[in-house]
Amino acid sequence: MIFAAVLAGGMGSRMGNEEKPKQYMLLGNKPIILHTIEKFHIHQDFEKVIVLCPKQWINYTQDLVDKHIGKSNHIVVIEGGNTRNETIMNAIYYIEDNYDIDAEAVLVTHDSVRPFVTHRIIKENIECALKYQACDTVIPATDTIVSSQDGVTIQDIPNRKVMYQGQTPQSFRILKLKELYHKLTDEERMVLTDAAKIFTLNQEKVYLVDGDVTNIKITYPYDLKVANTILQGNR
Amino acid sequence: MINTIYRLVSPKQFEVTYQEVDLNERQVMVRPTHLSICKADQRYYLGDRDPEILNEKLPMALIHEGIGEVVYDPTGNFQVGDLVVLIPNIPQEEDDFISENYLDSSQFRSSGFDGYLQEYVATSPDRIVKLPSSLNPEVAAFTELISVCLHSICRLEKVSHPHGKVVGVWGDGNVGFITSLLLKTIYPHKKVIVFGKNLERMSYFTFADQVYTINQIPPGLTIDEAFECVGGIKSQSAIEQIIEHLSPEGVISLLGVSEYHIPINTRLILEKGLFLYGSSRSGRVDFERVLDIFQKHPLILSYLEELVIEKVRIRKIEDIKEAFERDVSADLGKVILIWDK
Repeated sequence: MIFAAVLAGGMGSRMGNEEKPKQYMLLGNKPIILHTIEKFHIHQDFEKVIVLCPKQWINYTQDLVDKHIGKSNHIVVIEGGNTRNETIMNAIYYIEDNYDIDAEAVLVTHDSVRPFVTHRIIKENIECALKYQACDTVIPATDTIVSSQDGVTIQDIPNRKVMYQGQTPQSFRILKLKELYHKLTDEERMVLTDAAKIFTLNQEKVYLVDGDVTNIKITYPYDLKVANTILQGNR
Repeated sequence: MINTIYRLVSPKQFEVTYQEVDLNERQVMVRPTHLSICKADQRYYLGDRDPEILNEKLPMALIHEGIGEVVYDPTGNFQVGDLVVLIPNIPQEEDDFISENYLDSSQFRSSGFDGYLQEYVATSPDRIVKLPSSLNPEVAAFTELISVCLHSICRLEKVSHPHGKVVGVWGDGNVGFITSLLLKTIYPHKKVIVFGKNLERMSYFTFADQVYTINQIPPGLTIDEAFECVGGIKSQSAIEQIIEHLSPEGVISLLGVSEYHIPINTRLILEKGLFLYGSSRSGRVDFERVLDIFQKHPLILSYLEELVIEKVRIRKIEDIKEAFERDVSADLGKVILIWDK
C-alpha cells in the first residue's frame, strides 16, 4: 500500500503574514496547498492522501478540499505535529489505525508549499522507496556551498560536484521509518530537520531521485511572487 | 492543479510553462505515455512556416499523435489506468453532413492550441478512445496518422465505381506506406501499386503487389484509383503522373500537404471525367475504424511496427529537441517519444 502525506504543519512565520499560514495563500486562483493536494489526489497509486495541518486549520483545509475537489474518501485532513518528523509520525499513526500494513507499505511525504511537483517525480519516489526503502528528491547544487560554524568565517567549502539541494518528496517504507525513528535518542530527534536523516543517523541508505529546478518551495513572499509570475505569465 | 506544459516558443526552442487545471470540471486527465512526431510538428520546430503563421501560433505545445493513461476521470467513462488514444480534433458543434474535421469551428491540437507535450492532457471524454491492453503502444502512438489515411480511403467509396481493380499510391514515405498497407488489408482483391522515388525505402513495401520508381513507370500502365501521398512541391509531378495513368472516371485522393500552390492539368481531368478530392485530419469515427481494423487484421500491426525506427525517452527538455533532430533525418519511419517528463 502506498500513502501520501502532504505536510502543512508550518504556521508560515516567514511569509510576513502571520494571520494566514503560507500554504493557504493564493497561487493563481487557488490556495497553494490545494494545488499540491490535487497533484497527489490524481495519482492512481495512492491508497490515501493524508493532509496534515495545524489543528485550528483542519476545518478550513477540509472545506477547501470539499469545495474545489469535491467530497472524497481519497483525501483525509488530520492534525500535524509540533515538528516535521512528529507530523510524519502522525501520518504513520493514522495509517496504522486504519490499515493493516506490511513491510512493503510506502509513505511519500511532501511539502504542501511545493505545488510544482511533477507526475514523474512522484512516480519515481514510489518506485525508489519500494525498491530501496528510502529516497530523497534532490537537484545538483548550482551555488557553491560554504560551511561556517560561527557565521563569521568560512570553515570549509565542500566540492560542489558532490553537493545536492534537497527537495521533496521524501519517501520511505513506513514500518522501517517508524522503527528507526524510535531508535533515535531525544537529542538526535531534536536536531532533525529532515526525515531522510532518520535513516542516515541509523546508517541506512537513502537513494536519490532526480528533482527539478521548478519544484520550488514557496517560503518567502518573494517565492510566492515568482510562483504567481510563472503561473500567470502563460495566460 | 498546476499542469506543466512544454511549448515551442521559437524554432528549435522549447520552454516550460504552467497552467492551472480545474479538477472539478467534467474532464478526464490523461497522462501521455507514447507520442509521435508528425511532419506538421516538424515544420513548426524547424521554422518552415511563414513567419506570420509562426508568430500567430507560437508559443504552443507540439505533438498531436499520441496515447496516454487515464489517471483521473470524474466523468465515470473510464477506469484509472485505461490506455487511450487521444483525438486532436476538437469539434465545437455537431453537423449531420460535414465531418468534424472539416468544420470551420473545430480546433486542432498542436495547430490552434496546445498539443500533447504536457504533464497531463485534460480532455473531454469523447476525445479519447480506449485501446486494447494488448496493442503495441509504440504503434498505437501514431494511430492518428493511420486514421487520417483511413479517413481518405473511406471517402473513396463515396465516389469510386465498383469496377476499380487497380489502386496506385504515390509516395514512399510514412503516409504512402500506411495508405498502401491499409488498402491491401481492406481490399485484398485489389492490386496495389506503389510509386516512389527511393528504391531503398520502397523495399519495405513488401505487402504491395508492385512497386515502380516514378521515372520507370511502364507507358501503358493504367490505374483506377490513386492516392497522392507526396506533398510539398513534388505534389505537382505526382498529380501529373496520376492524371496521365488514371483510367476514365478514375479517382484521385489528395493527402500530401503542400505549402505551395500546385498547378493541375484540369483539361485531362475534364477529358477523363476524373474525380478529385482532398482529405486532411480525421475524426473520432476514423479512430474507431482503425482500432476495428487492428482487431480484425492483426497482421497489419507487424507491418506498422516496422515504422518505429527510434524511441527517445523524454526526461528533460533537451530530450524533446533530440527527438525532433532525429526525426529530421528520418526518411521513412516514426520517432516515438516515451514520455517520462
